Amino acid sequence: MIKPLDNRAWFLVLPVFAVVAFSAVLPLMTVVNYSVQDTFGNNQFFWNGVGWFQDLLDPSKELGGRFFEALWRNLLFSAIILAIQIPLGIVVALSMPREGWTVALCLVLMALPLLIPWNVVGTIWQVFARGDIGLLGWAVNRTGIDYNYTGDSLDAWITIVVMDVWHWTSLVALLCYAGLKSIPDAYYQAARIDGASRWAVFRTIQLPKMRRVLLIAVLLRFMDSFMIYTEPFVLTGGGPGNATTFLSIDLVKLALGQFDLGKAAAMSIVYNLIILAVCWVFYTVMTNVDADERRAEA
Amino acid sequence: MTLVLDHVRKDVGAETFIRDVSLTLERGSVNVLLGATLSGKTSLMRLMAGLDAPTKGRVLVEGRDVTGTPVQRRSVAMVYQQFINYPSFSVYENIASPLRVAGLPRAEIESRVRDAAKLLKLEPYLDRKPLNLSGGQQQRTAIARALVKRADLVLLDEPLANLDYKLREELREELPRIFAASGAIFVYATTEPQEALLLGGNTATLFEGAVTQFGPTPRVYREPGDLTTARVFSDPPLNVLRATKGGDVVSLSTGGRIRASGAFAAVPDGVYDVGFRAHHLSLDPAASEAIALDAVVSVAEITGSESFVHLDVGEHRFVALTPGVRRLEPGSAVRASLDPSRVFLFDESGRLAARALPKAA
Amino acid sequence: MARITLDRLAHAYKPDPQGPQDYALKEIHHVWDQGGAYALLGPSGCGKTTLLNIISGLVRPTRGRILFDDRDVTDLATEERNIAQVFQFPVVYDTMTVRENLAFPLKNRRVPRETVARRVEEIARMLDLMRVLDRKARNLTADMKQKISLGRGLVRPDVAAILFDEPLTVIDPQLKWQLRSTLKELHRALDLTMIYVTHDQTEALTFADKVVVMHDGAVVQTGTPEELFVRPAHTFVGHFIGSPGMNVLPCRVEGRTAYVEGQAIVLDRAYPALPQNRRIELGIRPEFAKLAASGGLPVRVRRIDDIGRARIARVDMAGRALAASVPESMDAVGEEATLVVDPRHIHIYADGHLVAGEGAR
Repeated sequence: MIKPLDNRAWFLVLPVFAVVAFSAVLPLMTVVNYSVQDTFGNNQFFWNGVGWFQDLLDPSKELGGRFFEALWRNLLFSAIILAIQIPLGIVVALSMPREGWTVALCLVLMALPLLIPWNVVGTIWQVFARGDIGLLGWAVNRTGIDYNYTGDSLDAWITIVVMDVWHWTSLVALLCYAGLKSIPDAYYQAARIDGASRWAVFRTIQLPKMRRVLLIAVLLRFMDSFMIYTEPFVLTGGGPGNATTFLSIDLVKLALGQFDLGKAAAMSIVYNLIILAVCWVFYTVMTNVDADERRAEA
Repeated sequence: MTLVLDHVRKDVGAETFIRDVSLTLERGSVNVLLGATLSGKTSLMRLMAGLDAPTKGRVLVEGRDVTGTPVQRRSVAMVYQQFINYPSFSVYENIASPLRVAGLPRAEIESRVRDAAKLLKLEPYLDRKPLNLSGGQQQRTAIARALVKRADLVLLDEPLANLDYKLREELREELPRIFAASGAIFVYATTEPQEALLLGGNTATLFEGAVTQFGPTPRVYREPGDLTTARVFSDPPLNVLRATKGGDVVSLSTGGRIRASGAFAAVPDGVYDVGFRAHHLSLDPAASEAIALDAVVSVAEITGSESFVHLDVGEHRFVALTPGVRRLEPGSAVRASLDPSRVFLFDESGRLAARALPKAA
Repeated sequence: MARITLDRLAHAYKPDPQGPQDYALKEIHHVWDQGGAYALLGPSGCGKTTLLNIISGLVRPTRGRILFDDRDVTDLATEERNIAQVFQFPVVYDTMTVRENLAFPLKNRRVPRETVARRVEEIARMLDLMRVLDRKARNLTADMKQKISLGRGLVRPDVAAILFDEPLTVIDPQLKWQLRSTLKELHRALDLTMIYVTHDQTEALTFADKVVVMHDGAVVQTGTPEELFVRPAHTFVGHFIGSPGMNVLPCRVEGRTAYVEGQAIVLDRAYPALPQNRRIELGIRPEFAKLAASGGLPVRVRRIDDIGRARIARVDMAGRALAASVPESMDAVGEEATLVVDPRHIHIYADGHLVAGEGAR
């Protein structure tokens, strides 16, 4: 539906523009400014041009090396997260009841992890996974497995992944459930008449009908996991060593820890551009899928 | 109030939904938009209402250009195919809702709602919720809600399509009376030629986003300006064969040759598409002037009051509509006859060259 | 193959049915012969879809049994019953091409690949889908998708019955004709029992050899389209079948004459033993009540509807509203006219049920 043009509407948007300009655009411009400058302290800045960017994108340099390591960790993390959460979410959605009072119960249970503030999530798991007072940590260690997420990098990774799965799988499950609910009964009936097996029903009816919804789920999960900060920071602080230092954590270390404003600014700009690029790809794919579906439904 | 569409065009992306439509709708008229699905009926109605703005062209109300005016500021009401009612309101509240939004005094709301309910036979159901009503009653509620606004323009988008056959008949019978009582401009979209004929008023036939003809319904039915209009306005589908006229002789694509009489007499030599409706193809013994067609029965559908006989005539498949029960074995040979004074002749560009004489219909 | 027997079948959706009003489907005992084309006709809520779902196995009946060829299938699942079903809106597998769609039911039953290919080609040819075999199913029009749905049912060699649940609902009127004759031709070509559920009398009457008219969960009459038209056993059948339906007027019968509001109408039969204290009504179809300038019962003409192939007059006779047909020969119709009724087609009903008269002349 296309609304008729009325240019006076722009005036209504002006206040929002002002707020956004003040709180987002100006700081962004400051960051860009920092990224092309260097300082020795004492508030004296001199021009560095693309120097930081060159350092950043060169793996042999210290900055570059650090950037690419953190980037690699992020990509690995997002890949693992998607590989676990999307199928798991689908399975959970398929198992959820479709009608009756249990539906409301299930939906509420699913929604609970999503409502918890992120630093609280980090704190919960931090305590939960501790070997001495945490139920999980203690139980695992009791079974003989040597588990210590502050000391061992693999353990730290596993803990972060499990924490994220616990936190966010519900979102995927709820999205998929909504997609499943919109499939008319006649499709299932036709599949039964055609003698299709459970797997065939999933592959030929449920999965295709969930396309739109799955795309949204993948986009949301990728973006969120790529930008993750609070939970791993609270849980491991980026350790042990550098093992769980994701881009966001590294950025904060650089900017606020070491006060290397120029390097941090450059890194944050590149980080931002990567996310924007991924978003744009998803958006294009999604609008194509949407247009496709709409044509098919006509 | 007169509604004028002035060369409106609607493009969405690369697709053209409405191409160059100009219409004038007079106050108190019933106008039917007749066409297949996706022919542009809904798009055109949305342009009339102000839900969409045309890509080109203007919309004028009483001579005033309202092309940019949004629908909330126009006097429009709309009824949809899916019975749209507020599920948590009673029928009374549903009908009253636009009046409450307009802030009318309580007494006025009461009287208008009761009037509308009386007109649509909803008085016994005023306290019920839409879920407890039948489809027909729900749609009546939606129509009452549209009428109670006393809008100047009331649009109905295939409002009876989701109803059972008999309910559709009942409601359709009442619509002319309901429309006449109102005095607004009514625009009614449908895919069924029968509905257009029963509603009367004016009809605009739509095909692929263009209005092929607009005028009083009986005229568009009996004097289609081109082949497309005749096709859109025929149910059962229009039968068409090709004829080549040379002097006094006409050769038909069904394989026969006849003397140029009836409609054929009035046209110059050339190639024509001959269109005739199913009820003009007769299976009874023919008059001497009639065109005889040797046919093989493909399928005979009997409804009791009439029979639809599908005939294969050479390469052509025709449908003949005969009253009463006609039991014919598939595969049997039969002689069908066509009165040449009851056909439409369309020239090669599709325009009407000659038509059935006024007496015959 | 399938002779379908319904053995004292009844169904209630409520878990604890108390009386007849709780039953969505009241007790029905019926046999459908192998290879016949049947229609279940009735308004929404009459139980026809419930009955169809019981036959297909999607619903297990509360009482009674259902037998295919003397085999009790009441407890068998849908996939074990050798039936195919075509739904109200087209159900196709989006990700597959037309060919793969048609092959799907065979692949699931592990039929060898060459047999599958051969069968798919056969069915595609029968349904005129050859051109689109390798296109993605989801991009086709609604009528093509319905053909694919139908094809998926036909492609199975063990299919005994095909059930249609209002399959033409979303199809355009022009394409409905083609699809209907395709169905009829298919029925002739293949020895399959076909059961067609609809609320549209034209669809039911043109498709079926025998129509089962249902109302309020019960079967009201079963018969050929002609029987239902000429001799409705119940006023509901008279009203539901025919467009417009049968005129039903309260009357008083004495011997061979019926009196409607004092107006005497001569009957074809005598009714000496009419039950007392019942609602006595007279039924006559508009097709058998013709308008004439003079010579019949005096009526006042309120409106004439012209539907192209016929004209229907809405008249008042002795204060009662009637529909009558206007013969083609009658050119101008004034406000006063007369009604000529055919006594052979006047029926007398007591409490809605047909009373057999005696001594037909």
